[in-house]
Amino acid sequence: MSQTSTLIPGATGVWGGGKEPMKASYGKLMMWFFLLSDTFSFSGLLIAYGMLRFRYPAYPHNPTEAFLPSVDYWPIPELVFDAVPFLHGVHLPLVFVGIMTFILILSSVTMVLAVEAGHRMDREGVQKWMLWTIVGGVTFLGCQAWEWSHFIHGTDIGMTVERLVDGEWIKSIVTGANLAENQYGPQAFADLFFFITGFHGTHVLSGVILNFIIFYNVVVGTYDKRGHYEMVEKVGLYWHFVDLVWVFVFTFFYLI
Amino acid sequence: MSTLDTQTAAHVEDHAHDDHHEHHDNFWTKYIFSTDHKMIGKQFLVTGIFWAIIGGALSMIFRLQLGFPDMDLEWIRPILGNWITPQGKLDPEFYLALVTMHGTIMVFFVLTAGLSGTFSNYLIPLQIGARDMASGFMNMLSYWFFFLSGVVMLVSLFIETGPASAGWWNYPPLSALPQAVSGSGAGMTMWLVAMALFIVSSLLGSINYITTVINLRTAGMTLARLPLTIWSFFLTAIIGVLSFPVLLAAALLLIFDRGFGTAFYLSEIYIGGEALPQVGGSPILYQHLFWFLGHPEVYIVLLPALGITSEVISTNSRKPIFGYRAMIGSMLGITILSFVVWAHHMFVSGMNPFLGTIFTLLTLIIAVPSAVKVFNYLATLWRGNIVFTPATLFSIGLVSLFISGGLTGIFLGNSAIDIQLHDTYFVVAHFHLVMGSASFFGLMAGVYHWFPKMFGRMMDSRLGYVHFWLTFIGVYMVFFPMHYIGIAGFPRHYYSFTNFQAFSGFSDLNAFVSAAAIFTFVAQLIFLFNFFYSMYKGRRAPQNPWNSNTLEWTTPIEPGHGNWPGAIPAVYRWPYDYSKPNADKDGFEDFIPQTVPLSETPNSNLPFEKEQMEEVKQK
Repeated sequence: MSQTSTLIPGATGVWGGGKEPMKASYGKLMMWFFLLSDTFSFSGLLIAYGMLRFRYPAYPHNPTEAFLPSVDYWPIPELVFDAVPFLHGVHLPLVFVGIMTFILILSSVTMVLAVEAGHRMDREGVQKWMLWTIVGGVTFLGCQAWEWSHFIHGTDIGMTVERLVDGEWIKSIVTGANLAENQYGPQAFADLFFFITGFHGTHVLSGVILNFIIFYNVVVGTYDKRGHYEMVEKVGLYWHFVDLVWVFVFTFFYLI
Repeated sequence: MSTLDTQTAAHVEDHAHDDHHEHHDNFWTKYIFSTDHKMIGKQFLVTGIFWAIIGGALSMIFRLQLGFPDMDLEWIRPILGNWITPQGKLDPEFYLALVTMHGTIMVFFVLTAGLSGTFSNYLIPLQIGARDMASGFMNMLSYWFFFLSGVVMLVSLFIETGPASAGWWNYPPLSALPQAVSGSGAGMTMWLVAMALFIVSSLLGSINYITTVINLRTAGMTLARLPLTIWSFFLTAIIGVLSFPVLLAAALLLIFDRGFGTAFYLSEIYIGGEALPQVGGSPILYQHLFWFLGHPEVYIVLLPALGITSEVISTNSRKPIFGYRAMIGSMLGITILSFVVWAHHMFVSGMNPFLGTIFTLLTLIIAVPSAVKVFNYLATLWRGNIVFTPATLFSIGLVSLFISGGLTGIFLGNSAIDIQLHDTYFVVAHFHLVMGSASFFGLMAGVYHWFPKMFGRMMDSRLGYVHFWLTFIGVYMVFFPMHYIGIAGFPRHYYSFTNFQAFSGFSDLNAFVSAAAIFTFVAQLIFLFNFFYSMYKGRRAPQNPWNSNTLEWTTPIEPGHGNWPGAIPAVYRWPYDYSKPNADKDGFEDFIPQTVPLSETPNSNLPFEKEQMEEVKQK
């Protein structure tokens, strides 16, 4: 190894070869590039959201009054997502999704604490904080299941639509939502909601599974034997990413 | 330096461990589930050649239809079955399937997987001085996902409703509705599944290439000492990582539109007087998402070929590459620009003309880095001591095709002229020259140049020369007249032109193009013979057959897993020290390999190299 211990002219910097220029292992770099790639998948979907949404006019009525859904304009999210479990009929705009978001962000905090405990080689600490992260992830998924279920079943009122059938306009009431029609607004509204939150939910689910595998490995002492807790850091990156993406999904679907 | 020492030592130990396993290799671990980057590269190459034959054969069938519309095609019934009508003609819907599959196969399976997959895998560890890819296991997965994708695509060729038929870009609503064309039934589903698998494969591969180039360069291999091949593979992988996921998003939405009744791309469609329930989608959305991949894909195909050409031209001109940094700069420029020009594929989609102007401007800017590259190739060749190996000829051929195909790109990138030329054979001629044939020539240059390293034997160069000249002349005979057909207004994807009075004057030209295409396709048999024959019976390769500087020629003639039996050599100079002045006084001929320390070449060192030595001494 004599040639590597002497300095090579013109190659003395961190990028001079024979070392990791970003002080990151290949596994961590791969995770970063994967996340960059996944960012583009989500961007593609969110751009699709933007493009389809702005084909429709904005809500033409007074938003402080009762919500009047129609397939002709895009609904106001605050008027659609205003339900909270056990509080039937109470108008609480974005409260439930706010709680969901808060839980997911908290689980990111506990993930940071797990990574930090890993740096100290504190197995008990990693165990504890990983478990909290998993609990946070599962809670988020549970909340999302409720949110979907409520969205699918719909409110008591529903939306009246008119269809031209055999030359006659026929009125019918749509309640709830599926991929073909929904009571809140244009078809694309529910399609995008299901697809994008579903795509994100799939990411959360795989994150929870990964977290659980890591948690198991921590419990049986795999990383103590290995001498470092880098795997916790890698799934931590993924978990933060999933969290960050939710912030954007949340902004697009609920705030704008 | 102690950390560096332990790191490198640990690295070597790791692989000593791998080498130990090497002795127990059986057929399955060596040839099938190999984690050795060299074997995976060869797997990609052989699979790519297989797909090139299929893709080429499909084009032969539709060229017969275009050139000789009255021909009795009864004789291909044994292969195509009922796709030949009772009158002995090609089924018009199957014609669409043929062009779709020809495009898909050539773009993704041959020129992406077969070119980038082969040479990125094979050359990156060898040329940067690494034992293997960062993750050999992921690399293996990358190949097997590609293989699976290929199986699905191949099976789709044989199903009763035919493979996907909506063009390789598969625009909805044509691709979304099985009622529109029979290929949009099960064939399209399989196309989407195959592409999803392909995207996974590409992602696994690209992430690996990027990480390997960043982390595993040997001591002394700075970014400014990387061969241009590595720069091109590196940038190609970055484009792949950033553009393929958008295709994935587009494909997923299309799957939902096809199978689950959503309205992302569909709106207000009537079939037989019945309205479809989907309202509110936008087919233009798909075009944007698709071309956000589709245009960078052009450079995913082209950049590795350009990188290979740089290396081959410099080596065989016995001259340093002209403008090394300008080459890297122009590749970086192409990489960035490739993401902001996609809408030039959509000039006539009803886009705002002002937006068209912007995309015209951005598109034409790409001519600048492209011209820099061409200029540098020519300047490298200029007054060089050129050794005309088959690889050199194919590289020069690439430069020629890149110029003649690139010039028509300037027309097509212009939104005003594109109104006339879009969707005609002019476009077909343009991209077949600049992207199809040029990349194919790059692929061939790479195969001829690195065959001795891959298989330890030389390919027959006389057959190589014959192959080159027939292919070169053949390609121009096919695609040059096609420009005139395009200017005359022939639209793409038309099954037949016999019913149009306006086109009757060009039927001879179409027949000529078809004959030339068959001639060129048959000429590839020479290559196939040469490739497989030389693999077993070729002349044994010497250590460094092309007197090249790069690291792969310092490995044993047939390197094992781990590439170098001892320590990995360190690197002291850039890879293009050819015909360096005063090298003879240092005891070297017209090349100084990267592994020769500056201290051994006091007479030929350049002033900046002397400065570098001084700096180190002071430390």
